[in-house]
Amino acid sequence: MNTSMKRRVFLKGSLAASAMGAAVGAGLLTPQAVLAAWPKAAFEAKKVEDSLSNLMGTAATDASSDITVKAPDIAENGAVVPVTVSTSIAGVESIAILAEKNPSPLAASFDLGKGAEGFVSTRIKMGKTGDVIGVVKAGGKLYAARKGVKVTIGGCGG
Amino acid sequence: MAKSIKLRASAKGDEVTVKCLITHPMETGSRKDKAGKPIPAHYITEVTGEHGSNKVMTAYWGGGVSKNPYLSFKFKGGKPGDEVKISWVDNQGNSDSSSAKIK
Repeated sequence: MNTSMKRRVFLKGSLAASAMGAAVGAGLLTPQAVLAAWPKAAFEAKKVEDSLSNLMGTAATDASSDITVKAPDIAENGAVVPVTVSTSIAGVESIAILAEKNPSPLAASFDLGKGAEGFVSTRIKMGKTGDVIGVVKAGGKLYAARKGVKVTIGGCGG
Repeated sequence: MAKSIKLRASAKGDEVTVKCLITHPMETGSRKDKAGKPIPAHYITEVTGEHGSNKVMTAYWGGGVSKNPYLSFKFKGGKPGDEVKISWVDNQGNSDSSSAKIK
């Protein structure tokens, strides 16, 4: 009697432990599942064109005056370059920000959902003087606008 | 980790502006330390902004976004008192989220 009771306790204990193990396993899997959606190839691409075709399916962009890329003319610190991309184009699906001269040009891509305005603002790193490109995807087409930024101290690498 | 996000959302008419600051090293993986060893990449890969149950924005980031990133976006259809939630995930599996009420 006494032995079987202990056995029961032991079984309960091991069950609880395995349930916890499963929970930890599930927790570990979550970030990987999220990472799968992350466009790895687009971020690793070395050229603006390769990056865009990986990200948006095409590299063909139309220059558009309906996009405003706001960035400083001279960035004293390339590690922190404020960039704002806004557009009046209707039905914007996503906005990407690229720094033309960076080792990996694609800095950020924003998928816009229902109700979102064609506006994103963030801060990016720039390795050297070059264009910041704002690419807007709307109705399956790509539109782009550029803004030259002169970088006095690079932000990529020491 | 809940303190890694500073979040503010304000409504003007029905247009809501969300601004947030995230504390994160955003290491590209291409830099080297003083001993010449590469510093492992550590950056946020995905940031989502939700208004109630509507996913307003999903941002995919690379190492090209600055350290302690700033992010701002706008959406329509929000009103003061609604909840806005920001969450991020980085390439090392860390994550955090924070929510705030629209002012």
